Amino acid sequence: MNYPENFRYTKEHEWVSVNGDVGTVGITFHAQSELGDIVYVDMPMPGAAVTAGESFGSVESVKAVSEIYSPVSGEVVEANEVLKSAPEKLNDDPHGEAWLVKVRLSDKSQVDGLMNAAGYTAYIGE
Amino acid sequence: MSDTARLRKTPLNEVHRTSGAKMVDFGGWDMPVQYSGILDEHKTVRTAVGVFDVSHMGELEVRGPQALDLVQHVSTNNAAKLQPGQAQYSGLLYEHGGFVDDILVHKVADDSYFICVNASNQDKDFEHIAAQNRFDCTVENAGPKYAQIAIQGPKALATLQKLTQTDLASIRYYWFKDAAVSGDSARIARTGYTGEDGFEIYVAPELAAARWGEILEAGCEFGIKPAGLGARNTLRLEAKMALYGHEIDASITPLEADLAWIVKFEKGDFLGREALEKQKANGLKRKLVGFEMRGRGIARDGYEVRLDGAPAGWVTSGGPAPTLNKNIGLCYLPALSAQPGVAIEIMIRNQPVEAVTVPTPFYKRAK
Repeated sequence: MNYPENFRYTKEHEWVSVNGDVGTVGITFHAQSELGDIVYVDMPMPGAAVTAGESFGSVESVKAVSEIYSPVSGEVVEANEVLKSAPEKLNDDPHGEAWLVKVRLSDKSQVDGLMNAAGYTAYIGE
Repeated sequence: MSDTARLRKTPLNEVHRTSGAKMVDFGGWDMPVQYSGILDEHKTVRTAVGVFDVSHMGELEVRGPQALDLVQHVSTNNAAKLQPGQAQYSGLLYEHGGFVDDILVHKVADDSYFICVNASNQDKDFEHIAAQNRFDCTVENAGPKYAQIAIQGPKALATLQKLTQTDLASIRYYWFKDAAVSGDSARIARTGYTGEDGFEIYVAPELAAARWGEILEAGCEFGIKPAGLGARNTLRLEAKMALYGHEIDASITPLEADLAWIVKFEKGDFLGREALEKQKANGLKRKLVGFEMRGRGIARDGYEVRLDGAPAGWVTSGGPAPTLNKNIGLCYLPALSAQPGVAIEIMIRNQPVEAVTVPTPFYKRAK
């Protein structure tokens, strides 16, 4: 699987892609593969505050519930509404169309502490 | 990689691992949770045919002139009604009325019964029955003698028929026959845990891999797929079949679990009878009931259930029902409220989400 070079990754299998002062957050291909068929996504509303390392929502597969941990701190400016009616897109395109939220970053330096693509692929053993 | 060395393995373990199944620790067994995906496997079983390795299930054999007496003493259903070649769902209870396990009793002959039990309970069940054996029976913990493969779905009969001379259509639901499959002896039971028509076959462990491959080949034209424990669980939940450790355990009686139909008081004495009679006379405090979500969210095992805003019970099993396109579950509620049409709330991550109790089973196949 291709893990984009411009993303940064967490040990909990989220990614963040920074553009200006906004970070787009999603879950990794590896995460969706481990979860299996995703049937439900619970995400914060725009305006909500999120904190790096803390849970901001959950993804549910047929079998299990998984917390999503925010890679960064800031304010949610947009949530991906498509996933409410089509959570299965998280299985199909987790690094693209099925991003979760966009966050206005309160501290851009937090991203520096995350893994790059090479680090993440080594971490998951691919 | 996780350490799987300590896990018990079925004779098909290598087959699963080499064919890309996702494996999990299921009660101490290294088992496939999914192959192509739970939703895909679920749909395949409902519309075509799926094959499951259920060799982790245990088998106990009770033999002797008084085999029926021992079976009757330890089980709740009336085994005296069984003909040779017939099977019945039953309960194995403690004296206090709680479940040791739920079991399938097969009558092989007047002096021989074959009992299929849950994987993680087989040693406990064996010891429980052996301890009650004042009937001079031979009780054998026979799990290692059998691999069990379930072929389930509307095309199960057509698939398995290709591998046996015996007329499968003549085996009625909850009957079984000992006959050759691919030339080797097998026990072919028309039973299952999916709510579909199908068969569970018991074969010698060393033949399991060959049978598995032959079944997949025979079902190829129908779109057969191997399925894992994930789909097995969503299928059985739609059909409202109990799962030990969820709907039933040592603290739950069959009357509470909505399984009064497997308790036959008229058959005479059996272990747990007195406790059940007392419970029946005093009235049930709680009872199992099905529900479906009305609000957004999925109920999961262990979630709290509220009635009029107050804690009233718990979810025993919950999740999506792929065939119904709903989120469903089973829960314990005070007996008076355990009937269809009651508005309840499921606490999902500290938020109450609306649900309503409904009639069960959630899914019933067209006959």
